[in-house]
Amino acid sequence: MGTVKKLPQPNTSSTADIAFLLLIFFLLTTTMDTDSGITRKLPPPVDEDVEQKVEERNTLVVLVSYDNRIMCKGREIELWELKDIAKEFIDNPANDPKLPKKVPVTIDFFGEVEITKPHVISLQNDRATKYWRYMDVQNELIAAYNELREELSQKTFGKTYADLDEARQKAVAAYYPQKISEAEPKTYN
Amino acid sequence: MSKFKKKSGGGVPELNMSSMSDIVFMFLFFFMSVTTMKEVNMKVVVNLPHATELTKLEKKSLVTFIYIGQPTRENRARMGSETRIQLNDKYAEVDDIQDYIAQEKGSMKEEDQPYMQVSLKIDENTQMGIVNDVKQALRKAYALKINYSSRMRETTAN
Repeated sequence: MGTVKKLPQPNTSSTADIAFLLLIFFLLTTTMDTDSGITRKLPPPVDEDVEQKVEERNTLVVLVSYDNRIMCKGREIELWELKDIAKEFIDNPANDPKLPKKVPVTIDFFGEVEITKPHVISLQNDRATKYWRYMDVQNELIAAYNELREELSQKTFGKTYADLDEARQKAVAAYYPQKISEAEPKTYN
Repeated sequence: MSKFKKKSGGGVPELNMSSMSDIVFMFLFFFMSVTTMKEVNMKVVVNLPHATELTKLEKKSLVTFIYIGQPTRENRARMGSETRIQLNDKYAEVDDIQDYIAQEKGSMKEEDQPYMQVSLKIDENTQMGIVNDVKQALRKAYALKINYSSRMRETTAN
């Protein structure tokens, strides 16, 4: 009865396994800071600059000057105005003869609809334009497209664009195809 | 005369495993800190512009980076403060981009090559001239999918 009863040592060999599990988990999940940005597609290279004939009503020229001012439709505009101008231009809801021509196109889920397929937004800048201004303008133009797609998605499917399945997203994207042309730089004064 | 008692069982004594977990934890912390720091040595200063309409870069293995900005302070004495391009760990010129893209494309799996994406990390105060030169070079190199890297803008006020 006088002997001290030794407590049994708990088996600790499994902590190593747990630590290994954590180690592998962190090895797989840690990524360098997630990168995000504005994704664009460049046009493929052309041998010589072939000026494509685009009707005047189908183009919206957005010009960013060397001192970071924005010109659109023959006048100087503020950045916040650009989105609404672009939206009206892309959508042409009233079928204005000055805005892009509507052509009949067949799209899944929508059937035959009239959209402003031949429209082009031409983004022009000076060599001295600052990059942040250029990104502001790009951002507004893409926001215009995204808002139009969102509205259409809400109207027809009652869901946000991000919640649609892939086929429906494609259809909505085809309704408002993104056409931003990043022209070669010119030097204006 | 049995001063030395024979050990019962006579097998190999069990090893104490409690320190093993400590060692593994050390590894764990080592890897945790190392993986977050893994990036290119920045030789140019890049302050990304802000934007709201962002898309995330999905597959890291398909992305090639191009950095454009002013040289960092340590390099400024040697390089001046003119805006420079950085590819991998070196300063480069616009003419080097085509070779760089071709080389990066070559190191990718063949089925991945059409999905190659170029992430442009450009300082917000860069003039568009150099950006346009880079874009033209990328067009020539058939690296057409680009991503203007930018940060999320918290407030939507313009």
